[in-house]
Amino acid sequence: MQTKRMTFSNSWLPYALLAPQVIVTLIFFIWPASQALYQSFLRQDIFGLRTTFVWFDNFSRLFADPLYLNSLKVTFWFSVGTTVLSMSVALLFAVMVNRMIRSRDSYTTFLVWPYAVAPAIAGVLWWFIFNPSIGIMPYMLKGFGYDWNHRSSSTDAMILVIIAAAWKQISYNFLFFLAGLQSIPQSLIEAAAIDGASRFKRFWTIVFPLLSPITFFLMVVNVVYAMFDTFGVIHATTEGGPAQATNILVYKVYRDGFVNLNLGSSAAQSVILMAIVIVLTVIQFRYIERRVNY
Amino acid sequence: MASITMDNLGKVYTGNVRAVSDVNIDIADGEMIVLVGPSGCGKSTLLRMVAGLETITEGTLKIGDRVVNQLEPADRDIAMVFQNYALYPHMTVFNNLAYGLKNRGFKKDEIDRRVREAAAMLEIGQFLDRKPRQLSGGQRQRVAMGRALVREPAAFLFDEPLSNLDAKLRVQMRVEIRQLQKRLGTTSLYVTHDQLEALTMADRLVVLNGGRIEQIGTPMEVYLRPATTFVAGFIGSPAMNMLPAAYLRGLVAADALAHMPVAADLVGLRPEDLSLAPAGEGEIALTGQLMLLEPAGAESHLHLTFEGIRDTIVARLPDVPDVQEGSHLTFSIKRDKLHPFDQARGKRVA
Repeated sequence: MQTKRMTFSNSWLPYALLAPQVIVTLIFFIWPASQALYQSFLRQDIFGLRTTFVWFDNFSRLFADPLYLNSLKVTFWFSVGTTVLSMSVALLFAVMVNRMIRSRDSYTTFLVWPYAVAPAIAGVLWWFIFNPSIGIMPYMLKGFGYDWNHRSSSTDAMILVIIAAAWKQISYNFLFFLAGLQSIPQSLIEAAAIDGASRFKRFWTIVFPLLSPITFFLMVVNVVYAMFDTFGVIHATTEGGPAQATNILVYKVYRDGFVNLNLGSSAAQSVILMAIVIVLTVIQFRYIERRVNY
Repeated sequence: MASITMDNLGKVYTGNVRAVSDVNIDIADGEMIVLVGPSGCGKSTLLRMVAGLETITEGTLKIGDRVVNQLEPADRDIAMVFQNYALYPHMTVFNNLAYGLKNRGFKKDEIDRRVREAAAMLEIGQFLDRKPRQLSGGQRQRVAMGRALVREPAAFLFDEPLSNLDAKLRVQMRVEIRQLQKRLGTTSLYVTHDQLEALTMADRLVVLNGGRIEQIGTPMEVYLRPATTFVAGFIGSPAMNMLPAAYLRGLVAADALAHMPVAADLVGLRPEDLSLAPAGEGEIALTGQLMLLEPAGAESHLHLTFEGIRDTIVARLPDVPDVQEGSHLTFSIKRDKLHPFDQARGKRVA
C-alpha cells in the first residue's frame, strides 16, 4: 500500500488533530489498564488496612486455583458453543433468505431485530422462557420426558447461557453471511451447476470456501463477544452457577472483585483477559488477510 | 457431438414479461451458430434456456434426439463459457478444469490426462498450479475455454466470452475460438452483441430483436440480403443508409427504378456501394454536401447531407479522397445494389 505523506505548515496542527483520540485512549484505556496492572501486583488484608506489593503472586495463585482453572474451561466451552451455534444458525438463515426474491428484505429486517436487544434483556427473556417453574421450554421438554432445571444441572445451565448469548449474535452473523452470499457472482453457481455439482456439493465446494474470509472474521468477533461481552447474559440468567458451571472469566472478575472484594486477584484476572484480547486482535489482523484463499 | 433443435421456443417471466418468442432454429452437428442482437433482445436468455439456467416456458428443445426441456443443466451434456469467465477463484487452474470431471466421477488418471490435454491445446500448461487471480484476462479466457472442452460435451455455449477483453486480444481470441471449434467440430451456440464478431465467426448467424428472430442465414446472406430494416441497420458498419424511395424516384428517370417493387417505399444503400466514379450504365447518381470527412487509414467515411433528407448519409471509400468539407459531391451506385424495403412492415420486398 502506498502511504501518503502530508506536510503541515504549522508543526502543532497534527498533534492538535490527534489529541482528541489520544486523550480518549489515555483516559479510558491506558489509565485504567495501567491501574489494573498495578493492582494485580498488590494484595490487601481482609479489612483493607494494609496493602503489600506481592509481584506475580496473584497470578501464580490464580493458576494454582482449581476454581480459576475451572473458569477457564467453562469459558472455553461457552465461547466454542456460542460461536458455533450463532454462526451455524446464522449461516443457515442467510442461505435460506438469500434464496428468496421478494420477501428477502422483510425477513432480513426481522432477523436483525434481536441485535437491538440489550444483553441483559436477552438474558431475562431466556430466563423466563427456560424458568423451571413458569417457563414454556421446561414445560414442553417435560412432554418429551426431559426434566429441565438449570438451577441444579450444570449442563442445562451451560445450554441456557449459550442459547441466550448466541441468540442476539445470530443477527449480526446473519447480516455478514448474507452480504457475503450476495457478493458471490451468480455465474459461479451456474458454472458449478453445469459442471455437475449437486446443490449440496455446490454449497460446500464453491459457496462455503468463498465465504471463508467472512467466516474467519466472524469467528474472531464471536469468540471475543462470547468471552467479554456476555456479562449481562450470565448475570441475568445463572449468575455463574450452579456450582461455578457457568462462571466465565469476565463474570469471575466481577464476582471476585466487586462481590468478594479480592481486588488484587480480580485485577490479575483482568490483566490475563487483556492479554487474551490482545492475542485475539493480533490473530485477527495478521491472519484475516492471509486466510483469504483466492 | 449433437444437433440442437429449437421448436417454437418461448420464455415468459412471471408477471407476463415476455423475453423470447417463437424461436425456431435447427443447428446441425458441428455447426457454429451466432446469436446476435442489441442488448435486451433476448439472446442471452435464449442461450441460458438451452443451458438449462432458465426454464423453458414454451416450445421444445432437443439436443441430439433427446428433449431436454426438463433436464438439469448438468444432464444436458453442454458446457458454457461465461462473460465473466466464472472461474472458481479459490481453486487452481487445474482444479478449475477438473471440477466438472470430478463431479462426474471420472478416474483420477483420466482427469489428469484430459486436463493436461486441454491445457496443452490452449497453451495454459504452465499455469495449472496458479489461481485465476494470478492470470491475465486472456489467460482466464483460455481457462474458461479449457473448462468447457475437458468435458468433451455435445455442445459449447458461449455467452459474450470476449466482451471483457481489450480490442486486440478480442480479435486474437476470436480467431482462436473459431479455429478450435472447427478442429473439434463441436456444435456451438455463441452469443454476442458485436456484429463483426457475428459475421466473422458464424457458420450461420441468427439476428434477434425484441425476443424474435429477424433473420437466419450465413453471414454473407445476411449481409447482402438483409431481410428486415432492423437487420439492415444492425449488421454492417457503418450502418446501411436509408432513403425514402420517393426521393430516389424524383432524382432519376422513371424507368431507372422500374426493377423495384411498387411496395418498396424505403431504399437501403450500403456505405461502401457509393462511389465517387461518374455514374455509368445501370448506375444512378446522387449529389450531397460533404459535412465531415473521417479518414480511417485504409479507408475513409464521408458524412453527407442530401437536400430534403434529414438523416446523414455515410459513404465509405477505399481511399481518402482529396475533397473539401462543405463541397458538393456526386456519388454513383449500381441499381442492383439498392435494398428495397417496405417501411411499414419493416420487411424487405424482393
